[in-house]
Amino acid sequence: MKTRFAAEAAANPLIPHTAELIVGFIAFTLLFLVLRRAVVPMFEKAFAARTEAIQGGIEKAERAQAEAAEALQSYTAQLADARGEATKIREEARVQGAAIIEDLRSRAQEEAARITAQAHASIEAERQAAITSLRLEVGSLATDLASKIVGEALEDQARQSRVVDRFLEDLATEKGRN
Amino acid sequence: MRAFAFEGGFVPPSTADFNLPPAFGNSEFTTKPILLVFLSVILVSVFFVAASRKALVVPTKLQFAGELIYGFVRNDLGKEIIGAEFMRFVPLLFSLFTFILTNNIFGIVPLLQFPAMSHVSFPYVLAAFPFIVFHWVGIKKQGLGHYLKGIAFMPGVPKAVYVLLTPIEIATFFLVRPLTLSLRLFANMFAGHLLLLVFIMGGDHLIKGVIGLKLVAPFSFTLGIVMTFFEFMVQCLQAYIFTLLSALYIAGALSDEH
Repeated sequence: MKTRFAAEAAANPLIPHTAELIVGFIAFTLLFLVLRRAVVPMFEKAFAARTEAIQGGIEKAERAQAEAAEALQSYTAQLADARGEATKIREEARVQGAAIIEDLRSRAQEEAARITAQAHASIEAERQAAITSLRLEVGSLATDLASKIVGEALEDQARQSRVVDRFLEDLATEKGRN
Repeated sequence: MRAFAFEGGFVPPSTADFNLPPAFGNSEFTTKPILLVFLSVILVSVFFVAASRKALVVPTKLQFAGELIYGFVRNDLGKEIIGAEFMRFVPLLFSLFTFILTNNIFGIVPLLQFPAMSHVSFPYVLAAFPFIVFHWVGIKKQGLGHYLKGIAFMPGVPKAVYVLLTPIEIATFFLVRPLTLSLRLFANMFAGHLLLLVFIMGGDHLIKGVIGLKLVAPFSFTLGIVMTFFEFMVQCLQAYIFTLLSALYIAGALSDEH
């Protein structure tokens, strides 16, 4: 019991112990050096790598999204272009078709008019030819007839012609009278 | 003390119970607290070196556990309090926290069961580190004259007040801060260990007593166990407070006005 109280008196708990001060300093310094050299840099490395990995992932995703949006936009634009082109082509085709029809129609009309005109001309020519040949023939027939009836040869061309004319005039007047 | 001595010869635990004889040999350097301090250095170093060695992006369980503690000190104590320049001080804060926490928890680890921080020498040494660092940082940042002037003559105070304030401020920065830092840790560990000794040694004594006392003994042991849990909380809290205050002092020295 006595030794205990003696020890108690000696040991004021607030008085530091030299050996413990030395050990405390050495031990803590040792731990500090180990943690600073080997542990903190490694943890920081892991943190940095993780941050980078996450950030990299996010950036990659963002890039992919932007690319997708861009592609969509370009496809939409292309589609709109194609639609516009198709409409234009249709419109052109319609206009062209109308023009072709119009052209054909006018050409046909022209052709028809030409053919009609040709026919008219040839009919007129034939009529003239018929009139001429009929006149000659009627003349010679009438002359023959008249000479036969009159019994007088009408050799003279001029006279003959005059006679025919008179005959025809008579015929015409007679016809008119009737 | 004698008043507490029961008729059965019960000796209540006292400060003498903290003066343990050398564990082996006859040297001052082989006492239990000293061996425990070395053990804590080995355990903490091995654990964190093993946890951080691979520095994986996707951590293993071990690395994750290490990062949890490291991240807590780095972010909640370093970054939050010190600000932009915090990274320089993380190794110090981290070693303080892990060293104190491990040694505190030794107080309730079976077989070890002694908090080295209940020997005041260790808190003194530990408080010296942030003490030197925060003064050094302040002097480096503001220059010796400006720094001391800032401490002695706090700006924005009427001149007459300096009569009172200057001694208080000087005492605060050079005496109160390191002393409170170390004594708070020491006293908590000392008192906590004493408390556990009271309940467990008391229970031990009661159970050897007469039948009535035997019946009371379980209550004493139960309280001893409850107090062990309570101690665990105090041990963690004290490690946190010590590191937190160190960070606050450093932050104060870094900012121009304290």
